[in-house]
Amino acid sequence: MSKTVLTVDDSRTMRDMLMLALSDAGYRVVQAEDGVHGLEVLLGETPDVIVTDINMPRMDGFGFIEGVRSDDRHRAVPILVLTTESDAGKKDRARRAGATGWIIKPFDPVKLVAAIRRVAA
Amino acid sequence: MDAMAAIKQTFFQECEEQLAELEIGLLAIQDGDVNPETVNAVFRAVHSIKGGAGAFSLDDLVHFAHVFETAMDHLRAGRLAPSHEVLKTMLRAMDVLADFVRAARDGGCVDAERSQTLAKELRALDPDGSGAGSEMDDEEIAFEPVLMDQSMFDDELEAAAAPPVRLFTIRFRPKATLYAKANETALLLREIGLLGEMAIACDASALPLLSELDPEGGYLSWTIELLTTQDEAAIREVFEFVEWDCDLDIESDAASAAPDDIDLAALIQKMQATVEAELSALSPPPTRVDPLAEASRKDADASADPGVIDLAKARQKKSEQAVGEHLGPKPDQGAAGGASQPTIRVDLDRVDRLINLVGELVINQAMLAQRVMEAGLARASGVATGLDELEQLTREIQDSVMAIRAQPVKSVFQRMPRLVREVAAMTGKLVRLVTEGENTEVDKTVIERLADPLTHMIRNAIDHGLESPEARAAAGKPEEGLVHLSALHRSGRIVIEVSDDGAGINRARVKEIAASKGLIAADASLSDEEIDNLIFLPGFSTAPSISDISGRGVGMDVVRRSIQALGGRISITSRPGRGSTFTMSLPLTLAVLDGMVVTVAGQTLVVPLTAIVETLQPKIADVHGFGGGARVIAIREHFTPLIDVGRELDYRGENADPLACVALLVESEGGVRSALLVDAILGQRQVVIKSLEANYRHVPGIAAATILGDGRVALILDVDAVVASSRADSAAFEQSLATAG
Repeated sequence: MSKTVLTVDDSRTMRDMLMLALSDAGYRVVQAEDGVHGLEVLLGETPDVIVTDINMPRMDGFGFIEGVRSDDRHRAVPILVLTTESDAGKKDRARRAGATGWIIKPFDPVKLVAAIRRVAA
Repeated sequence: MDAMAAIKQTFFQECEEQLAELEIGLLAIQDGDVNPETVNAVFRAVHSIKGGAGAFSLDDLVHFAHVFETAMDHLRAGRLAPSHEVLKTMLRAMDVLADFVRAARDGGCVDAERSQTLAKELRALDPDGSGAGSEMDDEEIAFEPVLMDQSMFDDELEAAAAPPVRLFTIRFRPKATLYAKANETALLLREIGLLGEMAIACDASALPLLSELDPEGGYLSWTIELLTTQDEAAIREVFEFVEWDCDLDIESDAASAAPDDIDLAALIQKMQATVEAELSALSPPPTRVDPLAEASRKDADASADPGVIDLAKARQKKSEQAVGEHLGPKPDQGAAGGASQPTIRVDLDRVDRLINLVGELVINQAMLAQRVMEAGLARASGVATGLDELEQLTREIQDSVMAIRAQPVKSVFQRMPRLVREVAAMTGKLVRLVTEGENTEVDKTVIERLADPLTHMIRNAIDHGLESPEARAAAGKPEEGLVHLSALHRSGRIVIEVSDDGAGINRARVKEIAASKGLIAADASLSDEEIDNLIFLPGFSTAPSISDISGRGVGMDVVRRSIQALGGRISITSRPGRGSTFTMSLPLTLAVLDGMVVTVAGQTLVVPLTAIVETLQPKIADVHGFGGGARVIAIREHFTPLIDVGRELDYRGENADPLACVALLVESEGGVRSALLVDAILGQRQVVIKSLEANYRHVPGIAAATILGDGRVALILDVDAVVASSRADSAAFEQSLATAG
């Protein structure tokens, strides 16, 4: 059975890119547009990995990660954060919020899949 | 590749949306919006554009977006106050960003000087003065690892024949927090294994008794011996995500960093033997103990490996399946834009077809009503009441269908701030644009044709209307001029006003120019209003020299004609020293019209209701003839030209007897009033406009046609054209301004 990845990003372009890279690599992809939507999607999905953007309307990535980690059903799901900012502060904050790892945008599909493989069985 | 092209297209669409968002946000901040979410949204817009552009290697765009984003970040973090100057720079930067986006999309290039100037200005906004440049470097370093990939390593391998094989000893002790973030020791070890040959020893000595064991605690530690050609950085990279949540110690055995004389194969074989032996000895503890800690997590690593191996095989199958998945969520994404208000995209042709059908329905309903009336049924009969209800429903359906085509004028208004900035920069004037009522809705076709006249009017307002900052200061006005753009609904029409607080129309000069160009007689006595309206005459231009921006000799004349083509009117009011206001009034739709049905010489005509001021029964004492068959009628002590529509349209050769007729007092261009003589008024109704040009040809004096309830075609009168042609005929009014139309 293929693994499911939930991607949370407000940018349609980014969602499409993730969809393309991940489905090419054999993952099933479910999408959400922001943190609030992401949590809604999680009510009906049990993804193996979550990839989320940080800067989003309604609920940002930090809030979303906290939301996932405080949900008994999903708190053990690895979460990768998409970030263009390489500065340590952002990563550190994502990490403290409970992110498993991060992917630096613009991402290389190979790199993305490698990062997912590194956190998901 | 195709998929990427499609995504790229999405990206550009999204860029447009982001740019619009950016503009709204920046303008809101300029107007004093201090909501942090506004600043965030603005930041996010630039950030998203940069992110997407990076994915498509649009380097110029990325570079500029980055500089912009950095400046924006200062604003967001409160290090930079949203002063007027700062926002002005940002708005201009936004225009350049838009240029970059369009250049990336359509090809072409961006004015390099302009973009560099702005990049410099943006960098100058950095409160520390140093920042931007160095941050860019950071960013570039951060991008680097993306490029350095397995394949790159492979190349290296081939090039530098035998990189040294080294033995690393890795001591790894995960903390409970590592697991809490859903990281996995087993997976990390597997990744290490990919780097070379490894042997793992697990230390379970810290494991407490089962009764004291915290199922989510971290008790195990591992010692890994790795024989690899890679360096320490590669190993550290595996632990990149967990370095804060574990104790990690990596030692390299210098001795084994051996040169060529070591028998690599033998070493590997030896390592392999050790590894296998140790693995078989060690793997039970982790699998046996780990589940305790991992049970709460998810399936054990046993299932993991097949999953990975299957990946390659599954890839092919999946990508086929993915096509389906790709198509699936698409419509959803379309709706995504306005999550709060779900929308669908509909082909415009379908809407138009629906509108046409509803038009037919309206006509059909009117026919039915007429037939029922002709049948002599009582007003109170069931059929008549049912018909009334049908009429009401038809109206509602028609309004609803029209509403589908209606769009807020926002899409046009949004283009104006940029125009204002550009014209202001070119003329050296300080301008502030205030827009109002941008959510006012009007038919899509009207909107599309509104952009050009509006652009022209705003240019005019700045170029001709507003004074230079010095002149304004001298006149005791604020240096910054104000251009006000507003839209509102008024009695079934949309009214758009462009006003400025400039000097107003210089009437003496306008009159002088008009006279010198032979547009009016030198001694003509004109009211202020008439003088103001002279600027709508063809070929009129008040600018002393033809400037870059407006006044190519086309001027307001062109604006007026395009507004008229939309069935609209334009007028001007001006107060010396206080500014001018242009008012456009346009129909909400080009599909239906409220009209008065009249008969003229046996023909049925429809006169647009908007043109009619009042109707009256002429008295013989009020009608005066003078030369050439021209007549005037006195209406409340004003003499108004009396135009016989029948004669004007050549339905009859002689003037009709005013006593047997009805006069419609109409107001045409520039507020000029005339009385139209028709035989009788049949009633007032909404008619569906059928283009005469599209179906037949242009007929002077006729705007369009419609089909009446009795199935007959009725022509819709073009009031302005009739009035104008009547005046052209009449020598008495030759000098008047209406000759122009």
